[in-house]
Amino acid sequence: MDCRENRLLVSTRRSLLIGGASFAAWAYLPKFARASTSGGDPRLIVVILRGALDGLATVAPIGDPDYAKLHGSIALLPTGANAALPLDSFFSLHPAMPNFARLYREKNAAVVHATATGYRERSHFDGQDVLESGYAGPGRVQSGWLNRALEQLPRGERVAGALAVGPTAPLILRGAAPTVGWAPVAVPQAAEDTASRLLDLYARRDPVLAKALTQGLQLDRTAAREDNMRPGRGVGYMRVAARGVAKLMAADDGPRIAALAFDGWDTHANEGGPVGRLALLLGGLDNAFAEFEQGLGAYWGNTAVVVVTEFGRTARINGTDGTDHGTGTVALLAGGAIAGGRVVADWPGLKEASLHEGRDLKPTTDLRAVLKGVMKDHLGLSDSALVTSVFPDSGAIKPMQGLVG
Amino acid sequence: MARDPQGALVALNRFGFGARGGSSGDFASAAADPRGFVKAELTRPSAALLEQPSLRPSPEIGKAFFAYRADVRRQRAATKSAQSSPSEPQAQMANGAGSDANDGARRAGASDQMQQGGQVEPPQPGMVRPPEAAGREVPQPVDIVVKTYRAEALARFQRATLAENGFVERLVTFWSNHFCISASKGIAVRILAGAFEREAIRPHVLGRFSDMLLAVEQHPAMLLFLDNQQSLGPASRAGVNRKRGLNENLAREILELHTLGVGGGYTQQDVTSLARIITGWTFAGPDGRLADPGRFAFNVNAHEPGSQTLLGKSYPDTGLSQGQSALKDLGRHPSTAKFIATKLARHFVADDPPPALVARLAQRFVKTDGDLKALALELADADAAWKAPLTKIRTPYDAVIATGRMLARVPEQPVRYLGNLNLLGQPLWSPAGPNGFADTGSVWASPEGLKLRLDLAAQVGARLGDTFEPRELMEVIAGDATSKETRETIARAESRQQAMALLLMSPEFQRR
Repeated sequence: MDCRENRLLVSTRRSLLIGGASFAAWAYLPKFARASTSGGDPRLIVVILRGALDGLATVAPIGDPDYAKLHGSIALLPTGANAALPLDSFFSLHPAMPNFARLYREKNAAVVHATATGYRERSHFDGQDVLESGYAGPGRVQSGWLNRALEQLPRGERVAGALAVGPTAPLILRGAAPTVGWAPVAVPQAAEDTASRLLDLYARRDPVLAKALTQGLQLDRTAAREDNMRPGRGVGYMRVAARGVAKLMAADDGPRIAALAFDGWDTHANEGGPVGRLALLLGGLDNAFAEFEQGLGAYWGNTAVVVVTEFGRTARINGTDGTDHGTGTVALLAGGAIAGGRVVADWPGLKEASLHEGRDLKPTTDLRAVLKGVMKDHLGLSDSALVTSVFPDSGAIKPMQGLVG
Repeated sequence: MARDPQGALVALNRFGFGARGGSSGDFASAAADPRGFVKAELTRPSAALLEQPSLRPSPEIGKAFFAYRADVRRQRAATKSAQSSPSEPQAQMANGAGSDANDGARRAGASDQMQQGGQVEPPQPGMVRPPEAAGREVPQPVDIVVKTYRAEALARFQRATLAENGFVERLVTFWSNHFCISASKGIAVRILAGAFEREAIRPHVLGRFSDMLLAVEQHPAMLLFLDNQQSLGPASRAGVNRKRGLNENLAREILELHTLGVGGGYTQQDVTSLARIITGWTFAGPDGRLADPGRFAFNVNAHEPGSQTLLGKSYPDTGLSQGQSALKDLGRHPSTAKFIATKLARHFVADDPPPALVARLAQRFVKTDGDLKALALELADADAAWKAPLTKIRTPYDAVIATGRMLARVPEQPVRYLGNLNLLGQPLWSPAGPNGFADTGSVWASPEGLKLRLDLAAQVGARLGDTFEPRELMEVIAGDATSKETRETIARAESRQQAMALLLMSPEFQRR
């Protein structure tokens, strides 16, 4: 190992007790195919919005003659006090997202609309499993696609394992490739000596706990330290989590890949239009974009943030001014690495006959095409790796070109 | 009967909340007859009930809540007229006192609804409020929401700490998580969270599944949590008048999470049918028009007229009993039996439970028409439940309770417990979604989760280590089932504080 590799460990308070054997957890060091540019290695952040984001409320097809009627009392409006922010002549962004709008103008943010995974039922949990596992259907929850992508990256150089945010790793990052976890909380740490003794006991009695604790101990806590703030799980959490992630990833030898999940997007009732419940959530997400940009500093130029959700919501509002589980929705992309300033959509229209099962925005772009495009052009994964390992049975779904550049 | 130390560890940790310290002699009792030890609690018919004078029935809580909300509104109006603050809307949200800031006008006519609280949850107890929300609050009346939530939490912690072996209390937490609500939905659900468990879960934990199902789906907390009090039959009188209609949320989760399970053989059409069937299931508002304020009520004006087809069976429109019949059938459906059997075995035995055990439990469920006491006995009698190695890890709740039991400390205030549960990712009665908290060891034994446990164990050690003798506590929780390695590790610790932390993190304590 060269001295660069060592630095992360040495910068970690617990580095000395970790020792050689457990270094494997951090030695999974993908060598990125893209040569280092001024912004360094590519960085990738995947954000999962759990609960199903209303894509039609986030990026509204205001130019579609059927939109206003379907979205009824919560539809975004092109004019007025809280007018939607126009992205082009057809689509407008929710007014709670000024940061994303600015990034879009600066050509550092893009939208893919009318997209969905291959899942066509409406269970959150199966939908999230499909989104995160990368398989064509539910029931495969042993590993996540981002973890398998990590395994495909050439081993060798620096870069820590991928960063899983939260007290438990999300499925998308579970699997054989080592990951590290971080949760935005602050507690006094146990003494190193105590941790060392416990590791020793686990090594002799309980290899599974030994492995988990070894990884847990290797976290650099700097991210949590300065904020001294404990998150709730609401809007404020998004900002705090994003700030911590950016700080960790901005280290020269920090993780290059991170996944985090934000909850609360299941807007069945009183979703709200330009203001209200969804607006608060989107505002939180918008703050997260700003934190990523600010915290990553010089690395932002070579960063891609991908925001995805398990499925969309009904095109027509329900009886309680909300929306029920649907199908097509949006994916949001941001970062200096993104070829932005456009909404990518093969727009299906919102006429009754065009809606999926007469109720949902029809997906015309498989979300896996988007993710494959990013993984290929941003991280340099090969077509064959993408088909055989990362997104099995997705041969017919070609990586979308030109998202990165 | 020969002593069975390994069996004692299974009885205490897998089925219960761990051994109690002091003079309980739990380990010795469990070792003498592990199965008898586990089953003893089941013989007491009211073992699951939690009744204390300080814990009020939900209609009383509802009335107090309505009064509180009215106070908050009056105060807010007064503050608003006194100072026209531009940041007012955000401050209201941060208070969690109501989404009504935005939709109050539209909802003014819907006085029969105890609408959900703010969409942004009020700060969790023990959590620091983000700075943007702090400092802008309007002063508010004594917060009965927090007060009630804490009293309910304390009663639950105390019950679990004092329980004999804790099997019944573990069953309560299992069912409460199966039929979960989430206090993070808003203050109305938060104030009812404890009452929901006391009223809808506990009376049926040793009773019938179908009775629990009905009690759950008719409880105001569940109706609020999954929006059913807002769902109106599109052709009902209220639906036509208010131009509002169905909300599928509760119906979908009844099928997907409460009864049949995903893949249990229902379609989108069934979801919609069930949603129509349970329109009108609501609770009475402050005006008491439909019933006593805060009590379940059937609002015929909101009920979708006509017969509905669910899973191929037609249910004529008999009003309230249309939904009761549908739930009764769902509660005894073979898919429900299988789903419940799988979850129960996964909770108590292994992430991937032995299929034979699942089949046995499902059969028992069907044979006894969902007799949950019979189901619990079947589990406690199954060899597979005793032979499977202890591969699961205690949930944060289990671990927090087991710590208190070991130390023989009955909590006198709930805040520390609540804070630790938040920290470890299992905030009380507040899962992220209607599927409840994860129930697999692999999720809770995550690197980050384990490290946090260690940090907390070290805190406990630092606080209490020198008032206990960790080597004695080791005997309390695992006796002669303690491994040589753990014994050595504790004995060689550099201090009692450190020994306490190591004991709390030992496989004997954490595994179940």
